Amino acid sequence: MNLTLHIWRQKNASSPGKMVRYEVKDVNPEMSVLEMLDVLNEELTLKGEDPVTFEHDCREGICGCCGFMINGVAHGPQAATTTCQLTMRHFKDGDELFLEPWRAKAFPIVKDLMVDRSALDRIIAAGGYVSAPTGSPQDANAILIAKENADLAMDAAACIGCGACVAACPNAAAALFTGAKISHLGLLPQGQPERVERALNMVAQLTVEGFGSCTNIGECEAVCPKQIHIEVISRMNADFRAASRKSRKEPYQDPSEFRRWSFGLKS
Amino acid sequence: MSATAVGFGDSRAARFWNATIGKKIVMAASGAVLFLFVVAHLLGNLQVFLGAEHFNAYARLLRVEPALLWAARLGLLTMVVLHVWASFQLLLLNKMEARPVGYVKKKNIGSSYASRTMYWSGPIIAAFVIYHLMQFTLGIGGTPFEEGKAYENLVAGFQVIPISIFYLIAMAMLMTHLFHGVWSAFQTLGVNHPRYTPMLRTLAKLIAIALFLGFASIPVGVMTGIVHT
Ligand code: FES
Repeated sequence: MNLTLHIWRQKNASSPGKMVRYEVKDVNPEMSVLEMLDVLNEELTLKGEDPVTFEHDCREGICGCCGFMINGVAHGPQAATTTCQLTMRHFKDGDELFLEPWRAKAFPIVKDLMVDRSALDRIIAAGGYVSAPTGSPQDANAILIAKENADLAMDAAACIGCGACVAACPNAAAALFTGAKISHLGLLPQGQPERVERALNMVAQLTVEGFGSCTNIGECEAVCPKQIHIEVISRMNADFRAASRKSRKEPYQDPSEFRRWSFGLKS
Repeated sequence: MSATAVGFGDSRAARFWNATIGKKIVMAASGAVLFLFVVAHLLGNLQVFLGAEHFNAYARLLRVEPALLWAARLGLLTMVVLHVWASFQLLLLNKMEARPVGYVKKKNIGSSYASRTMYWSGPIIAAFVIYHLMQFTLGIGGTPFEEGKAYENLVAGFQVIPISIFYLIAMAMLMTHLFHGVWSAFQTLGVNHPRYTPMLRTLAKLIAIALFLGFASIPVGVMTGIVHT
């Protein structure tokens, strides 16, 4: 099958970018979208042109590296599928594909289709962890967890941090991502000791990073390759509300600290 | 950053307000109060179908105790200010800042029309409320007005067809605003359950449609002559 691609080309964060048109011939329907770009890049390299930069790693839908907009939908038209797992058989001969990077102030473009998603890492650093002392392992059944909560926590933990939720959100909010992380830990006994501070700090970090605010419209869950439900956002809202009331810390941690840490400015 | 940037003040209230979720919670709570007011307002207004005497008596009843009347007015005004202020700050953040470069192509695949147009339906409702107060409370809406004659004012007001049509449009906007707003408020306050949320979303739509039909019946009643002086 032959396709026309319109790809966002941008040299680096500071230079202006534009859509560039490419024709790709004899696309094998068994290839993934990324493999199709690999083929295009080989051609470009042979012609002495700059290949298209896109992020990828596992290519099996579990690492969260890949992802760009395909015809206006994050990760393309197939539900519950990352870009690397999306095969070309979902397109037909003569299709025109518009490939654009995730767009958000919090995701500066690195090059072409690749953005810097370290804002998500800083949200995790602000509280998406449990402080567990290491030592000899305890008995597996020492902490009881209701099956339902274990399942819900697992569903939330399926988030691979790809950033599609931010890209699809008309407000460029990272509510689904942060909600997933807060839910995943908040549903488990190990997450309870830091639950209050976690909600306050992670939510504060969202604002510092320049993400927008959630309007509960559901574009995020529609594109999430892991089908995370916006129920996690309401869980985050509930935790934030409870934490705002309960927290005894005054003032709570300044999230800009994390930013300094992240940029290596803090020892 | 903007007005919504984290200006880490000292008080807990400031920090709550500075978090986007804090503002959303304020919007949900103020929206809930305004929603309850709208329901009560409709129930009161429907008495127009009981005739002039009854309706004017109801209008007088609302004004029996000026202190109460003003308490209610100030309370509602506070809710409106909070709702609008928070949404305006979030609007600036969401539409002006969070995505400086837009998409060449963007498809909406998971959201309803009503949910995407809250920033349109809201201001239209606000414009309507201002005119509505000018017309029936202050008496400066350009239609015949006489203090204490609520029924007659209403009939005279709605006999002007363009005004009635504006009312109908505004009520349709209120309906779409509530399609999303009612269930969204629950989501913002942290209530979402796979069993109840779908029911709530349907219920929100039914209530919004019922409110629309209820409010629309009044200008339509005047225009068709069912309600007359
Ligand atoms: S490359 Fe790892 S999820 Fe796509």
